Amino acid sequence: MIEIENITKRYGDNTVVDTVSMTVEPRTITVIVGTSGSGKTTLMRMINRLVEPSEGMIRIDGADNRSIPGYELRRHIGYAIQGHGLFPHRTVAENIATVPTLLGWDKKRIAAKVEELLTLFQLDPAAFGPRYPHELSGGQQQRVGVARALAAEPNILLMDEPFGALDPVIRAKAQDDLLAIQKHFGTTIVLVTHDMEEAFHLADKIAVMDKGRIVQCAAPEEMLVNPATDFVETLIGAEERPFRLLSIGTAADAAEAGEAQGEPIAASVSQREALSSLLWSGREALPVVGADGASLGRVTLAGLARRAARPQ
Amino acid sequence: MKRFLPNLLRLAALILLIAFLVHPELFEPLLKPLVQANAPAIYNQGSLLSLTLSHLVTVFTATFAATLVAVGLAVLVTRPVGAEFLPLSRSLVNIGQTFPPVAVLALAVPIVGFGEKPTLIALFLYGLLPVFENAMTGLSTLPKAIVEAARGTGMTAWQQLTRVELPLALPVILAGIRLSVTISLATATIGSTVAAKTLGEVIIAGLQSNNLAFVLQGGVVVAVLAVLIYDAFSAVERALARRAGRV
Amino acid sequence: MGFRIDKLGVVIAALLAYGGFLAPFANFRANRIVPGEARWIIEALPAGYGAALLAFIAVAIALILLKTPTLFRLVLGLVALLALAVLIGVSAGHLTPPENTYARVSPASGFWLSSFAFALLTADALARLRLSPLARIGLLLAVAATVAGLLVSGIWDGLSILKEYGSRAETFWLEAGRHVVLALGSLAAACLVGLPLGILCHRVPSLRAGVLNGLNIIQTIPSIALFGLLIAPLGWIALNVPGASALGIRGIGAAPAFVALFLYSLLPVVANTVVGLAGVPRDANDAARGIGMTGRQRLFGVELPLAFPVILTGIRIVLVQNIGLATIAALIGGGGFGVFVFQGIGQTAMDLVLLGAVPTVALAFAAAVVLDAATELSNSKRGRAA
Repeated sequence: MIEIENITKRYGDNTVVDTVSMTVEPRTITVIVGTSGSGKTTLMRMINRLVEPSEGMIRIDGADNRSIPGYELRRHIGYAIQGHGLFPHRTVAENIATVPTLLGWDKKRIAAKVEELLTLFQLDPAAFGPRYPHELSGGQQQRVGVARALAAEPNILLMDEPFGALDPVIRAKAQDDLLAIQKHFGTTIVLVTHDMEEAFHLADKIAVMDKGRIVQCAAPEEMLVNPATDFVETLIGAEERPFRLLSIGTAADAAEAGEAQGEPIAASVSQREALSSLLWSGREALPVVGADGASLGRVTLAGLARRAARPQ
Repeated sequence: MKRFLPNLLRLAALILLIAFLVHPELFEPLLKPLVQANAPAIYNQGSLLSLTLSHLVTVFTATFAATLVAVGLAVLVTRPVGAEFLPLSRSLVNIGQTFPPVAVLALAVPIVGFGEKPTLIALFLYGLLPVFENAMTGLSTLPKAIVEAARGTGMTAWQQLTRVELPLALPVILAGIRLSVTISLATATIGSTVAAKTLGEVIIAGLQSNNLAFVLQGGVVVAVLAVLIYDAFSAVERALARRAGRV
Repeated sequence: MGFRIDKLGVVIAALLAYGGFLAPFANFRANRIVPGEARWIIEALPAGYGAALLAFIAVAIALILLKTPTLFRLVLGLVALLALAVLIGVSAGHLTPPENTYARVSPASGFWLSSFAFALLTADALARLRLSPLARIGLLLAVAATVAGLLVSGIWDGLSILKEYGSRAETFWLEAGRHVVLALGSLAAACLVGLPLGILCHRVPSLRAGVLNGLNIIQTIPSIALFGLLIAPLGWIALNVPGASALGIRGIGAAPAFVALFLYSLLPVVANTVVGLAGVPRDANDAARGIGMTGRQRLFGVELPLAFPVILTGIRIVLVQNIGLATIAALIGGGGFGVFVFQGIGQTAMDLVLLGAVPTVALAFAAAVVLDAATELSNSKRGRAA
């Protein structure tokens, strides 16, 4: 759990983050969105004290984050950034081993961890471990960057526009991987982005920042229904609302009892994708199947239309 | 194949150089046509080998000291503590490079007297500049994301410097050292005008007695040393840069 | 605004404190070659002057320690340097017994350290002010005019370096002329040959590696050796080529020095021409071709103007390097300021060494300032602010 209390950051006369308070629940994903210069990155960097606050306090699992030196704090908080920041003079394995080495783990434990993470991120340890970062593709580098952040099994992972440098196809895959990893480790994630699509796809809670303040912090559905200010409404994009609403839930949630003909839809895809498949196939309904292939019922155009409508 | 020929040439140059230094008399027939009938064709006022060694020792001592000081200073001015010194350091490097090596050498004599010392001081001072300039460039142009990541993973300032910043700046720093060594190898010969034991002795003896063979052997030995050392440094830099993906 | 300590100021203040209060200001020698006796500020200057200088240094230390506006620091530095320059002259007059022409007074470590400290202050202020190129040249001219004024005023006449000058004024200007001719002449020759050679290397890639490697190897030959090696071939030419000796080509003297400097100059000129031309944006070249320019028109209308700043950087390297290297010419009878340096070393007369070294450094420094300014101007004209 991360508790942020009345945190403020000033550079000279310029207040970048202005008395912000918020709480991040354990094992959730909180996405901070805002325009550039809104202070979202600074707010996140105060959690691991890459930036020292001017006023206020941040507690991590109940303890003031200033109770230990900054560098020790950062060894226990994962940190992944845009453009990955991999050390070019170290191999992939050495990069991932960075924090465990700083923490003084023994060699065997480090090697095992590196192998586990590489496998988890679908990179063959024998092939990729000894390579240097510049020998990897952008998507692979990004995965190694996240693997490095997770190497010391942190409870908390901070991510600063982690997918910003990726092309759309790889980005979608990286986002899905992140969701899977978060489930796997139960990590608390705080992610900064300016991509609303990404925010709605990933977030349990979205915090919208504007001019150094949090204007709304709420679950995605809540934010769609009751945007706190005009700014939030503009950021969401009025014409996108029904689709954003659909992109929050999965096809499994929308499944109704009944049969349908046609190419089945996977239970894990978003309702938005399900709608897209329905429209493209020209059918009123399509079957939904689980990962094991068992039928879960069907999704219908009418059913999705009801879900996309403004909740009463 | 493309790499092979230059390397073969380098090896040949190295073998010829060593052969010449150990048994210069073997080369006498080659140099004989350059001198008058009764003049010696091979330097006879001392051992070429020991002059070469003391030449190298002088150059490497000065460069080593210069590297330590220059890298230390560059580290200092690129930390937040030393940031106030940065603009001045840059302009001092710029001004320093306009000082001719001969002038530095000549100005050192009144302070420390004749012999090796003024040469060492001149080579040290002159060697500082390229190393300092390159170390400063190398340390201040590191990709921001990498420095940020080093801090984000929980490295202390010292760990950031020794594990990330210096290793990454190493190829650029080495290029500075290479420049410094090459300049020093040539400048050290001038040191012999103030009685330093270097290969300059051979050249100056040749100039004084109008003996072209002396001038040639002194000059060529220094040049071959410089080319070989230059190439060795370049090879190491390339290897490091390739590993770091900065080809 | 509170009082804050300036870190660089601490270093400068420490230098000043040592130079002003703990080190001798001037050196007095009964004649040209005996060892000197140290004179502290109070002894070295007439009664009121010494105390005033010490008070000034004490105030300056206090001011420099604190954070003060950059412009103020610049003015303080320049005023202090001028004061030191005038006072060292006063000191010479004060220390030299009347009618004594053998005694020598030269600046000592305290003077040099204090000057160095104020020069650091000035250099730092200048670096922070980021003066425009023209302003920098203006400042250089102002400093040169001040130095000239001090020289003409006779205030420095009691200093040993000027006594050395006084006894060989004619030779000094002769050697100065030779030095400049050697440095500038070889640069001009290198441009005449190097620019076309660079263009050729750019156009014919197969030539490039060979030419550049060859020129690189020339750079590794120590200057005194290269000067010496050219004696024989030039001597041969003078004897065997009709008319060559009439042109001033001799085995020893200025000719081998000139050729050696020319050879050293070729690499920076050629290499920078190649780099400059290679850096011309492909778009600009394509556009030039697209609107129907001939190869020649492209070269003079597009490529060379765009490569000019890089070529100018090469010329700066050459000029500064040549001014320094021309000192070596004296070893083979080629003249130049090196004559005084090597004579001085031979006679262990350090004032004579200074008489050769100081103008060399001043010339090289001035050349660097002027050419840096020119490079910046040519860059900014193209909207590529440095």
